[in-house]
Amino acid sequence: MEQIGMRRKIYIFVMKALMMVSAALTCALVGFLMIYVLWKGLPNVTVRLLFTKPSYLSGQIGILPDILNTLYIMIAALVIVIPLGAGAAVYLTEYAGNKKLVAVIEYAAETLSGIPSIIYGLVGMLFFCQFLNMQTSLLAGALTLVIMNLPTVMRTTQESLKTVPQSYREGAFGLGAGKWRTIRTVVLPGCIDGVITGCILSAGRILGESAALLFTAGFAHALNGFFTGLRSSGATLTVALYVYAKEQGEFGVAFAIAAILMILTLLINLLATSVAKYFKRRRSL
Amino acid sequence: MKDKQFLENIVHGMFLILGLITVGFVLLITVYLVLSGIPAIREIGLFDFLLGDEWQSTAAEPSFGILPFILTSIYGTAGAILLGVPVGFLTAVYLAKEAPSGIRNVVSSAVSLLAGIPSVVYGLVGMLVLVPGIRRLFHIPDGASLLAAIIVLAIMILPSIINVSITALEAVPREYEDASLALGATPVETYFRVSVPAARSGIAAAVVLGVGRAIGEAMAVMMVSGNAPNMPSLFQSVRFLTTAVASEMSYASGLQERALFSIALVLFFFIMLINATLNFFLKRSKEE
Repeated sequence: MEQIGMRRKIYIFVMKALMMVSAALTCALVGFLMIYVLWKGLPNVTVRLLFTKPSYLSGQIGILPDILNTLYIMIAALVIVIPLGAGAAVYLTEYAGNKKLVAVIEYAAETLSGIPSIIYGLVGMLFFCQFLNMQTSLLAGALTLVIMNLPTVMRTTQESLKTVPQSYREGAFGLGAGKWRTIRTVVLPGCIDGVITGCILSAGRILGESAALLFTAGFAHALNGFFTGLRSSGATLTVALYVYAKEQGEFGVAFAIAAILMILTLLINLLATSVAKYFKRRRSL
Repeated sequence: MKDKQFLENIVHGMFLILGLITVGFVLLITVYLVLSGIPAIREIGLFDFLLGDEWQSTAAEPSFGILPFILTSIYGTAGAILLGVPVGFLTAVYLAKEAPSGIRNVVSSAVSLLAGIPSVVYGLVGMLVLVPGIRRLFHIPDGASLLAAIIVLAIMILPSIINVSITALEAVPREYEDASLALGATPVETYFRVSVPAARSGIAAAVVLGVGRAIGEAMAVMMVSGNAPNMPSLFQSVRFLTTAVASEMSYASGLQERALFSIALVLFFFIMLINATLNFFLKRSKEE
């Protein structure tokens, strides 16, 4: 048995303790945030809050319009971003021969994912709302979110495309299939898991986004159908939280929304992990 | 046969367009920011704009100096890094090397939850817990301050730092660690004297990513920092580059609005610089 000197012992003990304290602190922060928000928010989540719209006559606040707006914007953004992102990924893995071009595209995607959401909001306002004359509308907000989430969908799809064995493609070519037929029948079915993962991650980001939506989707709380909704201004849950907390001092409502957002975030996280596990198991079969 | 080739070409062209769309978006953003940001800078003068220390956008004789915002963003980010990096780094080493798999699973799902929490929720909790706490603790009239923003940012950048550092630490070749252990180093010594130095580029990338996140965060900061255009001071109400854009955008017009676009351009410039640094470290980490 070799002896370890006192100084080394102290070093090891201190480092170990610091690591554990840091990890515990991280966990404690998450635990505190979760419990505090749920404890303050859940008592305020009532049926009335969930299923009505705000009424100036009775002074009641309802968040149904905000829930629907969040849903509309999520659907619209995902429907547009999935084909764009998946298509870009297919181009990069299946078509692109020019290494320089691939590097440029990947650098562009990385740049996009580093740009802060407030800048997206500003450019979205200038381009979609003013230049394309969409006004502040859910559609303008959704399109802004499309640009934001494009790199995410692209990356997840690319990763899943890389797991499609090269021999599948060669087999299809060998049977006389053209490039497009091979992609349609062999490659695309193989990237479903990447697309789904990208969808879930994007949904989480859209749910939590606020800065990019302030000036593109606006603050209105009107109750609309899907297509009218897209053309009119509307606050999502996060924007509504901000307005109620910062501008109107309605902390009860703000915490209720925060609690709902927390639960949804938790659900999306669970979904993401279980889907990842499912695909991993299926692939190893 | 000819038809088939024709179809192939069309499909190829379509995918090429989809592939180039990200490049298009980056160009769109850059062009719009530059085009809308330059006029106000020319009107105000680059020197007065960047180094002017007074921002009074709505006064009768308005002055548009954004030095307070630039400095606040830099100090705020530096503070968040100072608090967040040690905690994030040590947590990452613990998770990547030391933690038993049960604990590891729990902590990593906590970390990914932390990453998913919307920034307005951080802002709300900061507004009602942190701000009053700081007011009481330091006996100042208002707790909405740079300090509150720094603490919120430090928490918000934790997941980025932890996740990127873990990836870097896990990529360290097993042989390095085995060699160190075989020479008589204990596991903890091996982590910090062999694994961490071997993963230094990746960990640097994690820090740079954290810088990018912190400097770009708007909503949470807006809710806890008070938003007065003061020169940065730990216990005073301050305004960041991001919040300067967000807080006046809804009612700004004319030169004031153009000046806000210029602020966004300055922020964009910082972000591009950070992105380039990040790329440099990521590349080096891959090479290693």
